[in-house]
Amino acid sequence: MTLRKTIAGAMMASAAICGLAATSSAGEFDGVTINILTRPGPVIAQPLKERGLVFEKETGAKIVVNEVPFAEIFPKIQNDWTTGTNSIDVGVFAAGWGVELDAAGLLEDMDPYIAKDSKLDTNDIAPYFREFGQKIGGKTKMLMVDGDFQMVYYRKDVLEKAGLQPPKTWQDYVDVASKIHGQDMNGDGEADYGSCIFKKRNAQSYFAIQTIASSFVQTQGTAQGFHFDNATMKPIVNNEAWKKAFELYKETGKYGPPEELNMDIGDTRAVFKAGRCGVLIEWGDPGTLQLDKDAEKVKGLIYAVSAVGSTEVLDRATGKLVPVTKENAPNSVDGVNYAPFAAFGGWAGAINAKADEKKKAAAYAFLSHMNQAAQSNVDVTQGYTGYNPYRLSQLASTELWVKAGMPEDLAKNYLGAINGALNNPNMASDMKIPGAQQYTGVVLDTELARYLAGEITVDEALKNIEDGWEKITEDFGRDEQIKAQALALGL
Amino acid sequence: MAVANETYQPGTTPAGLAFRESWAEWFDRHSRTFFIAPAVTLILIFAIFPTFYSIVFALSRVRFSATGLRFRFVWFDNFLAQFSGNEQTHFLGRTTEIGIFGAIFALACLIAALWWLYKSYRNGATWVGMTGRVISAAMFVFVAFLLGATLLSGNPWGTLLTTLFYVIVGCTLQFIIGTALAFLCSQPIAGKSFFRVLFFIPLMITPLGVGYAFKMVLDITKGPLQPLWDYVGLQNWAWSTDAWAARWFVILGDSWQWIPFIFIVMLAALETVPKDHVEAAQVDGASSIQIFREITWPQIVPVAVTVILIRMIEAFKIVDLPNIMTSGGPGIATESMTLHSYFLWRANDMGSSAAVAYLLLILTVVVCASFFNYVVLGQLRKVK
Repeated sequence: MTLRKTIAGAMMASAAICGLAATSSAGEFDGVTINILTRPGPVIAQPLKERGLVFEKETGAKIVVNEVPFAEIFPKIQNDWTTGTNSIDVGVFAAGWGVELDAAGLLEDMDPYIAKDSKLDTNDIAPYFREFGQKIGGKTKMLMVDGDFQMVYYRKDVLEKAGLQPPKTWQDYVDVASKIHGQDMNGDGEADYGSCIFKKRNAQSYFAIQTIASSFVQTQGTAQGFHFDNATMKPIVNNEAWKKAFELYKETGKYGPPEELNMDIGDTRAVFKAGRCGVLIEWGDPGTLQLDKDAEKVKGLIYAVSAVGSTEVLDRATGKLVPVTKENAPNSVDGVNYAPFAAFGGWAGAINAKADEKKKAAAYAFLSHMNQAAQSNVDVTQGYTGYNPYRLSQLASTELWVKAGMPEDLAKNYLGAINGALNNPNMASDMKIPGAQQYTGVVLDTELARYLAGEITVDEALKNIEDGWEKITEDFGRDEQIKAQALALGL
Repeated sequence: MAVANETYQPGTTPAGLAFRESWAEWFDRHSRTFFIAPAVTLILIFAIFPTFYSIVFALSRVRFSATGLRFRFVWFDNFLAQFSGNEQTHFLGRTTEIGIFGAIFALACLIAALWWLYKSYRNGATWVGMTGRVISAAMFVFVAFLLGATLLSGNPWGTLLTTLFYVIVGCTLQFIIGTALAFLCSQPIAGKSFFRVLFFIPLMITPLGVGYAFKMVLDITKGPLQPLWDYVGLQNWAWSTDAWAARWFVILGDSWQWIPFIFIVMLAALETVPKDHVEAAQVDGASSIQIFREITWPQIVPVAVTVILIRMIEAFKIVDLPNIMTSGGPGIATESMTLHSYFLWRANDMGSSAAVAYLLLILTVVVCASFFNYVVLGQLRKVK
């Protein structure tokens, strides 16, 4: 373990002890074991383990963190909770996935616990994460441990040297990547890559494509959405906007690592930390990951832009792309429509409604402990945790970040990008309806992978996605999905 | 009682026999049933019941609710979905634009299959035999059509042909190399005991471990072979993003693991060949090739075809290596039918997952039964 991690662990432990005193008393949960299921560590899982040890000391509740591959988290939880196995008490997963579990009556309502919890301070949680991330149907069913947006990052030094500005549109992104591709960006004498995006199937590729597509499709604010016609739940995917997004996404591959199609987020992070990427699409992590010891070549050099947009947007009536105007894109700036994508929605913890009462109480106490500012304001500043800011106190000033080792200038840029995304009235919400995992993680992901591999054309891919989404909608029931979509977008 | 004992006959219950003796005798008579009952019960519970229960899944759309699983009976929709629309290209490949070479190939295979059926009929095959031949021929023509419409017409193929590629090409390679190594180790060479152990080791490693090991070894930017890739000018070529290269590298990993299985079985077979037969042939001036072809091969052929059959059955289930090495990619290029079923299961599409699993079962049974009937039995009859 690095010195930084050791110090961070010690800080987390001391903060945890302070925070615990108020929400739960020593020995309150003696003999209770809480089984948590989440993705493999250290990202997300490691802080749960570290804080779990402190929590056990203080309350007696033993925290067991079970780690499974990313793509297996949701089905494992759904199987466990619906079949009555109930070996898992808490799932830590994408906030958007909770809707399907809640529709089946599997999630515990946390509002009664929150009413008695004086330390949580829900008003400090950014409204988007509090109202759309944690709540389903007006009730709190999850507690965030992480807040997520996908943003574009760029190597400030490389772009300045090349006389380039950070990209404003996705076409700019491709142009910038093409101009810096092949340059030596880390001083090792080898040619490096213009762009790095995780394009492996069954990984995170389907989030990145939505980050690109959102600015072409969504123009009227968050409530409009960019996946379906909200009145009919007919997919709005087989059109020129998504086609353009697919084509641009594929074009970025010309300036990426040769094995990019087989790279997941862990692989791309290793490459950009080695100083080999010019621009990239990522969540909030690069801001803090560049402070890691193994990222010395890029420390203080990776800057962010909250959103990259488009000068053309979808005319939903015709399915064609039309130039941006103030009429068709009221939130556009200088002829560019932006729709920063809240990809994944953040990692959140949910409690199994069928767990016994003692376990539920202990599980809530632990999730509250993780969420409270005393703990999370430390966690989000540490790159290895994978936790990104979601509390207003984390986003209000650079103090926490500078304290964690981030240069002031970079901290301003980083928080500015996140605040810019979070406060954008046209922010694009991730899919939060039953079957969301199937719509995007399976159908969109598979067809996108086949298009990138050259197996099918973009038109075939979009038609297949349209058909696949329709099939899922029919399976879940169109009327039910229309209601769920309205709820998810706050209509 | 004495009378009763004198008239005792095995398998009967003499009149007036005490209850205890009667029970003991009854138990003796049914002892075979009792001895195998636990095994049969376990098989029924853990193998037969899930197999039949999965039919319910295959014929339903399954939803998850707080009260458990909810089934909506859809007849054969899950099966038919694999042969039409969106899922067709995933399972079968794109078959809409068949090229001229593909059409000629498919037609030639159809004619060959019909000719074979006609000859079988003329040779007096029984109706049972003819039924089996018709099923085998139908599968052959179907696969030939898919090959013609996809591979020979420049179209991508689906998980069915990828599975057959792993089975046919992989097993052939593994058999040739495994037999060659076994033949070498059966010769009086120095250090052959060492090589026997060395060649056997990969079989003892879990397939997941093999997958991760090959993924790391073959990594073009960080793996140990990176200098080699650079030296041959392939530093900008990624095997994992090329459909054919990725399939071949999966076969490479699979072969590394399974060649030892062929090796150890064939070595045992080779060592049973009587040495005096070989020595007699040598005395008569036969060459090494003639000795292998005329003396050794006929004696090991029953083992050879059997080991191929066992290996084929196993190969149909390949899942770990493509999952770990490429996650089924690029696209779906390396996705086997088992992996296809697994991905559907992981998406909680239980019905489609079970349907693909049954289609794999049908494919495995038809191919392996055909191989057994027309190759294994044929070779065994020849030997006799």
